Amino acid sequence: MTEMIAMRDAYGRALVDLGEQNERVVAVDADLASSSKMNLFAEAFPKRFFQMGIAEQNMTGVAAGLAALGFVAFTNSFACFATLRTTDQIRVSIAQPSLPVVIGGAYSGLLGGKTGKTHQAIEDIAVMRALPNMTVVAPGDGVEVRKAVFAAADHGGPVYLRMTRDPSPVVFDEGYDFKIGRAVLVREGSDVTVITTGLMVGRAVEAAALLAAEGISVHLLHVPTVKPLDVAAVVAAADKTGFVVTAEEHNIIGGLGGAVAEVLGEQRPTPMKRVGVADVYGESAPNDDLLQKYGLTAGHIAQAARFLMERRAAHTQP
Amino acid sequence: MAGPYRDERLAELANGLRRLVVETLCHTQAGHPGGSLSAAEIVAALFFSVMRVDPQDPEWEERDRFILSKGHAAPVYYAALARRGYFPEEMLQTYDELDSLLQAHPDMHCPGVDMSSGSLGQGLSVGVGMALGMRLKAIDARVFVVLGDGELQEGQIWEAAMAAPKFGLDNLVAIVDDNRIQLMGDTQAIMPVEPISEKWRAFNWNVLEVDGHDPAAIVDACAAAARAKGRPTVILAHTVKGKGVSFMENTHEWHCAPVTEDLKERALTELCVRKVRQ
Repeated sequence: MTEMIAMRDAYGRALVDLGEQNERVVAVDADLASSSKMNLFAEAFPKRFFQMGIAEQNMTGVAAGLAALGFVAFTNSFACFATLRTTDQIRVSIAQPSLPVVIGGAYSGLLGGKTGKTHQAIEDIAVMRALPNMTVVAPGDGVEVRKAVFAAADHGGPVYLRMTRDPSPVVFDEGYDFKIGRAVLVREGSDVTVITTGLMVGRAVEAAALLAAEGISVHLLHVPTVKPLDVAAVVAAADKTGFVVTAEEHNIIGGLGGAVAEVLGEQRPTPMKRVGVADVYGESAPNDDLLQKYGLTAGHIAQAARFLMERRAAHTQP
Repeated sequence: MAGPYRDERLAELANGLRRLVVETLCHTQAGHPGGSLSAAEIVAALFFSVMRVDPQDPEWEERDRFILSKGHAAPVYYAALARRGYFPEEMLQTYDELDSLLQAHPDMHCPGVDMSSGSLGQGLSVGVGMALGMRLKAIDARVFVVLGDGELQEGQIWEAAMAAPKFGLDNLVAIVDDNRIQLMGDTQAIMPVEPISEKWRAFNWNVLEVDGHDPAAIVDACAAAARAKGRPTVILAHTVKGKGVSFMENTHEWHCAPVTEDLKERALTELCVRKVRQ
């Protein structure tokens, strides 16, 4: 049985270990630390934790001020509020001066624990990606979250760290060498390339198994850093099969699918299919129902791959 | 490392900053004269008397920090930085030009600029963060944030106003350049911010009120702020928009408007006469 770790649990523990190693690490919260598990850091380092209340814009500005004083500041809220309620504060006070602030976005995507449209973040990657100087990281599992936390703290500029709430499959082992800006090949294949970000990598592994049973070989590239995109790895992965499925728990506009399409459109035009939320707002419902209705399961990734395979077949027929 | 100017010379210095503002804005044919002219004494008092800074070492860690939250008053800020020796005065001629450090709104890459600004409402939050950071690093210095009265319409200001007293940030001083006019007209008509001092008192700040064109009063208020322990201070500085240039005073028409060559000469003459009177 696959091991499961919630990204938030990995996040809280990583912050504590990071805080022990690095005294320059501070944290600011907008009354959601117990949800994101930043409360573990708050308990371990009360002098380096600042509770700003339900005031995300101020929290973001405070982080900028701390960063300007030489600290590495982690902000904390749900992904939707951390990036969208505060976009101008991030833009002017953090991204333009390129300060070392890590914007921690918890509960990203659709699975916010039965909270619905307001709390689901499906636009955050698109908006953060459009900010110059901003790095956007969406780890695929708890192991990658931990490594991304340490890498983000060392990065020296603004980082958006996108995480999720519920336990999700562990894909990577502890020995995996994570680097910001580097994609990782999860599985070699020859028929269709699947490119993922965030926890869609776990669902893509499942999809690859489904497809393997049908004789379709999946080449799986995981892209934890949506910006800066690992262009060479994306182009190479597209070259490998000539067909690309992208998968993300985000709007199909402006996220990973958009980023991959931008690169391939300019460098290697390749038939694509984007798996993601089809430019609609979500609703509150149990996790499995949401993933099924909004097209985010392993089955949907497999279906997108089959669609491209059919296109290839049609194309190669005499 | 206080500035070299004593209080009695600050008035003269402030008028000198005004002349630089007029020249700069005429040269670029853009920008915000009214809010720069109203803040001349505030900026002069801070950079030439109150703040411990070292123009030869702009990144000195123990320095006081300055945030121009009303970033559109950048010309008077740059004039003060030039006069204080952060960069040559000739550099003011590059204001608003390609590749210049002197951006229309302040940018942290410029020596003496501790925080980028330009989108109103953000500077006080940054000041709270800096004040917290100073305390954490045991740096005995202060953060000064200059706000506009129109800027108080931004909700984020009041988020920050709530936060600073929670942390007892007596190393944080906000100064409101209360010139009572914003882009489209009187602040009280556009969206009333009065009663300003009562609002800050209700948020548990130490509130001081001064004539914002009396440099000695501003210096004294900053000293009083240093003595007020356990909570932040806001200095409500009553000012005149466009102060010092008769045709720019008390009108929103000069919030943002280009200064022509003719008007520049008139303005500079008036500012010289005032210098003599003082």
